[in-house]
Amino acid sequence: MKHLAEYRDAAIARGLLREIERLATRPWTIMEVCGGQTHSIIRTGIDQVLPAGLELVHGPGCPVCVTPLELIDKAVAIAARPGVVFCSFGDMLRVPGSAKDLFQAKSEGADVRVVYSPLDALRLARENPGREVVFFAVGFETTAPANAMAVKVARRDGIANFSLLVSHVLVPPAIEAILRAPGNRVQAFLAAGHVCTVMGYRQYVPIAERHRVPIVVAGFEPVDLLDGIRRAVAQLEHGEARVENAYARAVTRDGNLAARKLLGEVFEVTDRNWRGIGLIPASGWRLAPGYRDFDAESRFDVGALSVGESPLCRSGEVLQGAIKPTDCPAFGKECTPRTPLGATMVSSEGACAAYYNYRRRAVAPDPD
Amino acid sequence: MAKNLDPGKWSCPLPLRSYPNVVLGHGSGGQLTADLIQQLFLPAFRNSALEALGDAAVVAAAGLRLAFSTDAYVVRPLVFPGGSLGELAVNGTINDLAVAGARPLFLSAAFLVEEGFPIEQLARLVQRMAAAAREAGVEIVTGDTKVVDKGHGDGCYITTAGIGLVSEGVQLGPQRIEPGDAVILSGPIGDHGIAVLSVREGLEFGARIESDTAALHTLVETILETPGAVRFMRDPTRGGVAAALNEVAAAAGKGIVLEEEKIPVRAEVEAACELLGLDPLTVANEGKLLAVVDPAAAPAILERMRAHPLGRDAQVIGRITAEHPGAVTLRTSIGAARVIPMPVGELLPRIC
Repeated sequence: MKHLAEYRDAAIARGLLREIERLATRPWTIMEVCGGQTHSIIRTGIDQVLPAGLELVHGPGCPVCVTPLELIDKAVAIAARPGVVFCSFGDMLRVPGSAKDLFQAKSEGADVRVVYSPLDALRLARENPGREVVFFAVGFETTAPANAMAVKVARRDGIANFSLLVSHVLVPPAIEAILRAPGNRVQAFLAAGHVCTVMGYRQYVPIAERHRVPIVVAGFEPVDLLDGIRRAVAQLEHGEARVENAYARAVTRDGNLAARKLLGEVFEVTDRNWRGIGLIPASGWRLAPGYRDFDAESRFDVGALSVGESPLCRSGEVLQGAIKPTDCPAFGKECTPRTPLGATMVSSEGACAAYYNYRRRAVAPDPD
Repeated sequence: MAKNLDPGKWSCPLPLRSYPNVVLGHGSGGQLTADLIQQLFLPAFRNSALEALGDAAVVAAAGLRLAFSTDAYVVRPLVFPGGSLGELAVNGTINDLAVAGARPLFLSAAFLVEEGFPIEQLARLVQRMAAAAREAGVEIVTGDTKVVDKGHGDGCYITTAGIGLVSEGVQLGPQRIEPGDAVILSGPIGDHGIAVLSVREGLEFGARIESDTAALHTLVETILETPGAVRFMRDPTRGGVAAALNEVAAAAGKGIVLEEEKIPVRAEVEAACELLGLDPLTVANEGKLLAVVDPAAAPAILERMRAHPLGRDAQVIGRITAEHPGAVTLRTSIGAARVIPMPVGELLPRIC
């Protein structure tokens, strides 16, 4: 990854930080939309070194987080059917449905496989004509072209034992929904570089104009992100609201035309439920009528599933900055990294886990 | 239309932690494995040697201190770039003994073979085991063979156990770790995990990445030339450096601070991890060593390690701290800090 070294250069990063410090005269709240950007920000600690008052809010761009519960339940139910090979990207296996996750379905005998591409799932379907191979097609505009390609090839080659369980979601409607919500705090967005690599950034221009909000297309390396933040702060400070492309090495205004044409052929826009958010109109893709035969939801009628979200902890308020992890009554008692009640206690990205690990002696003395 | 959107309330759904059945993550060396040990094995078998939860148990017998360890090897595929199930079964158990400060002496080997497995493949694995044992100077002195019905096993599994002798003067244990101690890593991380993943999943990364499987006992000998300066050692296998150091921090009741820029990772391994969304710190190694040592002795130990073929790229990657006991943190290249948590279960490539 030598070509990435300059985008990780600590000296360049520190230079950008100094410029952000110089530019920012007031507090601002910026949302990075994509889960990949969130991951990179937490991994490198960018959120810790920004000037006080400049707040990064994590966006809804994590497909694992927003895939609706009922679809996870459907995935588990389909995977459990005899004769089915259920294929998924790895990190969906650990996402809990109402009662269980795909790992557990696997331990109970379901044939659940981790693949790295929908084309691997298609290959499995070719090699196992007697089995029904289902691919869990989740994600944003980024993962959609490969899924579209898999189903297009399946139809061309007559691979009838292949299908997709589709839960594609789209970024622009989510940004609009955030901006329209009463009490919205987000003043600028870092748009997701990979999504824009496929789709371009023209869709964001009317959003920036309509809502008077800067939208900066940003990449994923520390220097990319800091440059995106710098440009967003500069626009905010100057009262501007434009779409800016800080990821020009990958993103053009119109995106990948071949991919967009394919997406337009295979998918059509539909309403989608977002886990933790609710229904957003015209915010997702489903298979277009010409490809409906490959829709796993209609192929496998798993019946009415009773869906139940587990009771929530106060991680929402923690993430919002409304309370500190230590203010939560469950912190360090019922809720620890070993027995987490909320996502914030689970991962390295979680505020509660960080608090717990740093201050465990103070809050929860070890039994010994 | 969703009303009152509040981004502050969004969070990733929780991974399940209580499974009624065994899932793959229980064998990952991460948090789920630790749960099994703490909630099932330890309460059932409890004794002082086991409670130390070292890679090998150190027991006293007839005036000698013996290190004793066992490990089951189930890697797929059986042969991968840089090694095979055979070398792993020998080197892995040697390493568990070596990091306990012992000179490995004798191994046992049990073969669990599926009906129909080609004798020729079995012979090749056994020959590779024999060569690894010869090279390491240990003897495989006892064994067992079991065959299970076709469809009830996956080719061949090997379990080895080993005995080694702990030299006088060697006193290793997490309780000896002090704030300020240096954490040394013997070389670049993640090679084994990525080598196996690359062939298992049919991924090609351009450059061929080979497993680092190796017997570490001679490298350990160079470290133990100043036995008093060495507090504790681990070989970071499943769960990688992240799991091993979290266990060290928890057992010692101390914190560990790592320097991101000091941790050696081969460019091709880093690229593969990047592509798969894996953290090299959580990827398995089979020929690497972590040593916690007296900071005053660290330069001399490092020099001796670097003179050994398996320690050429040894580095001080961090230090022990009195702050945040039980937790491992990492200082990133831009000067921020993040917590390195215990990996929960299986390594899962991220979607994004």
